[in-house]
Amino acid sequence: MKKMVVIENLKKVFNRDTIDEKVAIDGIGLEVQKGEFITVIGSNGAGKTTLLNLIAGTCLPDEGKIFIDGREVTFLPEHQRAKYLGRIFQNPLMGTASSMTIEENLSMAELRGRPRGLSWGVTKKGRKRFRELLKTLELGLENRLRDRVSLLSGGQRQCLTLLMATLSLPKVLLLDEHTASLDPKTAEKVIDLTDRIVRENDLTTIMITHNMKQAINFGDRMIMLHEGKIQFDIKGEEKKHLTVEEVVKRFGEKLEDETLLCKPVEGQARQ
Amino acid sequence: MRLKAKSLCLSPYASDRIPYINLFPMDILSGIFQISLEQGLAYALVALGIVVSFRILAFPDLTVDGSFVLGGAVVAKVIVLGYPPTIGIVLAVFIGFIAGCATGFLNTRLKINSLLAGILIMTILYSVNLRVMGRSNTPLLNHVTVFTPFEQMEMRWFSIVLFFSLIVFAVKFLTDLFLHTQVGLAMRATGDNEQMIRTLGVNTENITVLGLGMSNAFVALSGALVAQHQGFADIGMGIGMIVAGLAAIIIGETLLRAKSVGMMTFAAILGSFLYRLIITIGLWLGLAPTDLKMATGAMVILALGFPALKKGKEEKLHLRGI
Repeated sequence: MKKMVVIENLKKVFNRDTIDEKVAIDGIGLEVQKGEFITVIGSNGAGKTTLLNLIAGTCLPDEGKIFIDGREVTFLPEHQRAKYLGRIFQNPLMGTASSMTIEENLSMAELRGRPRGLSWGVTKKGRKRFRELLKTLELGLENRLRDRVSLLSGGQRQCLTLLMATLSLPKVLLLDEHTASLDPKTAEKVIDLTDRIVRENDLTTIMITHNMKQAINFGDRMIMLHEGKIQFDIKGEEKKHLTVEEVVKRFGEKLEDETLLCKPVEGQARQ
Repeated sequence: MRLKAKSLCLSPYASDRIPYINLFPMDILSGIFQISLEQGLAYALVALGIVVSFRILAFPDLTVDGSFVLGGAVVAKVIVLGYPPTIGIVLAVFIGFIAGCATGFLNTRLKINSLLAGILIMTILYSVNLRVMGRSNTPLLNHVTVFTPFEQMEMRWFSIVLFFSLIVFAVKFLTDLFLHTQVGLAMRATGDNEQMIRTLGVNTENITVLGLGMSNAFVALSGALVAQHQGFADIGMGIGMIVAGLAAIIIGETLLRAKSVGMMTFAAILGSFLYRLIITIGLWLGLAPTDLKMATGAMVILALGFPALKKGKEEKLHLRGI
């Protein structure tokens, strides 16, 4: 199988040589196969978001190397590695330009990582394609192509962001708690849509989540980060049969974060 | 001479028209209207430039006060040297573009705060402008300018207004078109959500430099036209230009509630006219020309401060970038 992302001995220290020194990523090594869907859990400050930031180039590592599809990208500026990556943030406002229309946002996403020229931003062909794609979201957005994104709800915006991130099929899709700020019902819809798009297009995906149930139910590999290190890494058959109870039993002592522990356990109890 | 030039700065014809229009009410109205329209169009390109920097890029660019004079100084120098005024205008636009790029460079590459970057280039331009002109005031009255052909025309005012309108609306429509191209969309997104457009592979630093260049090219074009229109270029002609331009934008936006690009640029032009109208009326009512900047400043403070006193969040978003 082809390795899509390779991370070698990655290290990132914030505020080095000050009293606030914090080792965010402490020598992580990781290989992600093509088409693999990884979920990442871990308590606050475990380094989950930093890991995604390092892969995306939002910040640069102190040590180690990152390869995407065989090419080293460790110190490549963010905009230059954009062509490999689709990314969604926790905050629905971050993934779209709110003063611009739906079709303009989609058009910009369609050109991800490609040179931009002086031809029309929104084309007829593009508009037709966007309408078809938006129909699959079943949010009625296909009739609102010229509406500004600021008129949409958080959930609608996150669905649109998902569409934008996957529009030109990235080599790697990075999801950073992209359902965390949505209400439970919308969150469920967005996560189902995520799963569908990822499976349909066989996208290599790394998804951070605070919701253990999500981490267990989705994806084919689960990683837990703790203090900048990979604490456990479950894949294959073991991942398929994983339950929340088992995770808590095996790793409970390391799951200090209350949000991580309580939510799924309560859910379990009710069932 | 210096003092006279300054008081004439805002409306070169105001002082010779207002005394006699005092006599007839209708003439007063049409006089005020004529002056305001002419002035509004002459300065509309400053407002358009500020739309690109403040509104599209959300970059509070203070270079404007310097690049406006730069446009006037360059065109005056070229004309005084005996070259055709059109060459001067083209050169002014180009050099204005460079000035804007310089501010963008300071901000994006040298990581200097956006406000400070603008102030630095503005200050540097003061010396540059004096160097270009060789003195603080260059009269153009005895030279051939783009307005010379209008001198003999019967419908002089109308022709000049038409001339200004053609230029202003041509720039407006070209800007609108540009902002709907692939690069234009990226520029708008840079001002709206920089992180997002960067993850889509756009080098937002280059886009910022380009946008500021465009903005200051428009401002320099306005300076080049105004200098020829009023018959001189003066080192002080750019003072308060940024505030006046902002006032114009705010007036236009408040009236039109502009959301689309085309409406935003149109609002700037309309606002520019209305701002000059308010000023001309103020002058006619006895406002001292020396108090104009204070009045304009107060106007902008009121307009910007008002939403903060009210609660609605949308109002604040509406004025983003300032």
